[in-house]
Amino acid sequence: MSAATKTNEGLYDCRDAFSKTLEALAEADDRVVAVVNDSVGSSKLGGFKKRWPERLVNVGIAEQNMVGVGAGLANGGRIPFVSCASCFLTGRALEQVKADVAYSNTNVKLCGQSPGIGYGELGPTHHSIEDLAWLRPLANLVTIVPSDPWETEQAIRFAAAYEGPVFIRVSRYPVPALEHKIDRIEPGKAEVMREGTDVAILANGVMLHKALRAAEVLAEGGVSARVVNMAWMNPLDIEAIVDAAGTGAVVTVEEASVRGGLGGAVAETLALRRPVPMELVGFPGFVPTGTVDFLFDHFGLTAAGIAAAARKAISRKE
Amino acid sequence: MSLSTASAPVSGADRIDMVRAKALNIRRSAFTMVHEAQLGHPGGDFSAADILATLYFGVMRYDPNEPRHPDRDRFIMSKGHCTGAFYSVLAQAGFFPEAQLKTYMQPLSKLNGHPNRNYLPGIETNTGPLGHGLPVAVGIAIAGKLTAKDYRTFVLTGDGELQEGSNWEAAMAAGHRKLNRLTVIVDRNRLQQGDRTEATNSLDPLDDKWRAFGFHVEMIDGHDHAALLDVLGADPESRDKPLCVIANTIKGKGVSFMEDNVSWHHGVPTDEQFAQAMKELI
Repeated sequence: MSAATKTNEGLYDCRDAFSKTLEALAEADDRVVAVVNDSVGSSKLGGFKKRWPERLVNVGIAEQNMVGVGAGLANGGRIPFVSCASCFLTGRALEQVKADVAYSNTNVKLCGQSPGIGYGELGPTHHSIEDLAWLRPLANLVTIVPSDPWETEQAIRFAAAYEGPVFIRVSRYPVPALEHKIDRIEPGKAEVMREGTDVAILANGVMLHKALRAAEVLAEGGVSARVVNMAWMNPLDIEAIVDAAGTGAVVTVEEASVRGGLGGAVAETLALRRPVPMELVGFPGFVPTGTVDFLFDHFGLTAAGIAAAARKAISRKE
Repeated sequence: MSLSTASAPVSGADRIDMVRAKALNIRRSAFTMVHEAQLGHPGGDFSAADILATLYFGVMRYDPNEPRHPDRDRFIMSKGHCTGAFYSVLAQAGFFPEAQLKTYMQPLSKLNGHPNRNYLPGIETNTGPLGHGLPVAVGIAIAGKLTAKDYRTFVLTGDGELQEGSNWEAAMAAGHRKLNRLTVIVDRNRLQQGDRTEATNSLDPLDDKWRAFGFHVEMIDGHDHAALLDVLGADPESRDKPLCVIANTIKGKGVSFMEDNVSWHHGVPTDEQFAQAMKELI
C-alpha cells in the first residue's frame, strides 16, 4: 500500500494514491505529464508541480481546451494525465472527450477527481453522478472506478502503461483499504470480493466497502451474499455479471445516478443473457443539500440500505 | 530517416507555379468527389484549396511513407467538413492513392464525411464538430516545446467556426505560452452555413481579436500563392508569438456561379453544373 496516505480512522483519500503514483510514474518516465484546469490543489498535484513545473500544464479554467491540449500532447508523444473535477471534465468537455480522445483513440488519461457526490453541500452543479452514463457509450474509452487506494494506484499504473484512452474516477470520500485477493488488476475483469449464493451485490468505487458491510449484515440474518467489485465499466465483465445472476437476484450499488451507469450496464446485460430480479442502488436525480454522509444515508447508500435492497431482490425471486 | 521540406528543390516562380497547379487539382478533385457522392462542402473546399496547396507543396516538412514521424510538421484541418479538399491534398501528397478518392462517403469507405485519423494516414485528429482543432494544435505545440523539437504546427479554421468559444480558450493559452511554432490560418471567406458571418455573429475586427490574445497577425489574400508562401514559410524563430494568418478568401473560389454564394456551403452540383465548373477550373 505504498501510495496510500492514511486519514483519520484508517480511512484513505484516493486522491493521495493518485498523486503519489503519478509522481512515481513521472520520475521513471519523462513522457508523463499532467494537464489541469487550475485544479492543482484539488487534484493534489502540488508536489508534482514543485518537482516538474514545466510538465504540469495548467491551461486555466478552460476544460474544453484542457482536453484538446491533452490530445495534442499525446500526439506529440507525451503521456498526459488530464486531471480535473469529474463534473467539469466529463460535463463541460464531453464533446472533446468524445471526439478528441475516444473517437480519435488517443493516448490520453482522463482522471475525474472527486466524482459522485464527493462535493456534498456544494450541490448538483459540482456533483458528478452522470459521468458514468455519459461516458459508457464511448467506444475505445477504458473506464475504471477504483474502490480504494490500492486499486487507484493500480488503475493509474495500468493507464500509464496502456496505449489508448482511459477514464479513471478518483474519489475523495474516505474509504478503508480493502482486502484484495489479486496481486494486480486485470483489464475488464471483475473481482469477487466475497462468495455468496442467495444474492449478488455488484458495486464499485466508494460503495464497494459498504457493499461488503451489507453482506455481513445479511449474513447475520442468514442470507448469503456474493460481493463483486465492478471497477471496470469498460471493458465490462459480462461473464461475471451473468455468473452473478446465478444466485437468482442481483443488486447494483454505485455513487452515481441509477440511470445509465453500473446499474444500467448490468441491467442491459442480464436482460439479454439471464434476466433475474434486480435492484439498483444509487441516486435518482439531482440531490438536495447535505453532507456526503447525509446524502448516502438519505438515499440508502449504506450497508443497511444495500441489505434492504438485497432482501427486496430476493423476495422477488420466483 | 530525415524529413524533407517539400519546397527544398524548387524555388521562386517555379514553386508558385507548382502550388497553383496543385490548388487547381485540389479543386477539380474535390468537386469530382462531391459530384459523385452528391454530398460534401464544396464552397469551403474551394476557399481553402490554395492554403492547403501552399502548406503541402511549399511549406510543410513530412514523409507520407512515415506519416507519424515524430519530427513531422503537423497540420490539423479544424474545418473538418471540407474533406473534399483535405483528402485531395493528402492523396496528391502521397499519403494514400488518388484512386481511393472515388470512395468518398460511400458505405464503409475510409473517406468519411469528416476525417478520421484511424482510417487514413496524414490525419492528426478527428475533426468535424467545430472548435476542436486549435486546442489539439496547442497541445501539440506545447509537446514540441517540452521535447525541444523543431516541428511546426498548423491549424486551418473556418471563420464562422471562430464563434465556438473553445477556440478562444486555446488562443489564450497559445498567447500566454508564446507558442511561436504554432500557426493558425483562418479561412476568412465571410460566409457560414446559413448567412454571412457578419450578419450572424460578427467577427470583425478579427485581427484585433487575435492580437489581443497574443498572436502576431498577418492579413493576406488567401488565393495569392506568393503571399501565402511568403507568410507561411517565414522562420517561426523570427517571432516570439504564435502566428495567425487571416487569409481573406472567396467561398466557392474558381467557379463563377459558386463564388461568394452561401448556397454552395453544402450545395452539390447537377451534371450540367459540374461540366460547367470543370470548364472553368483550368
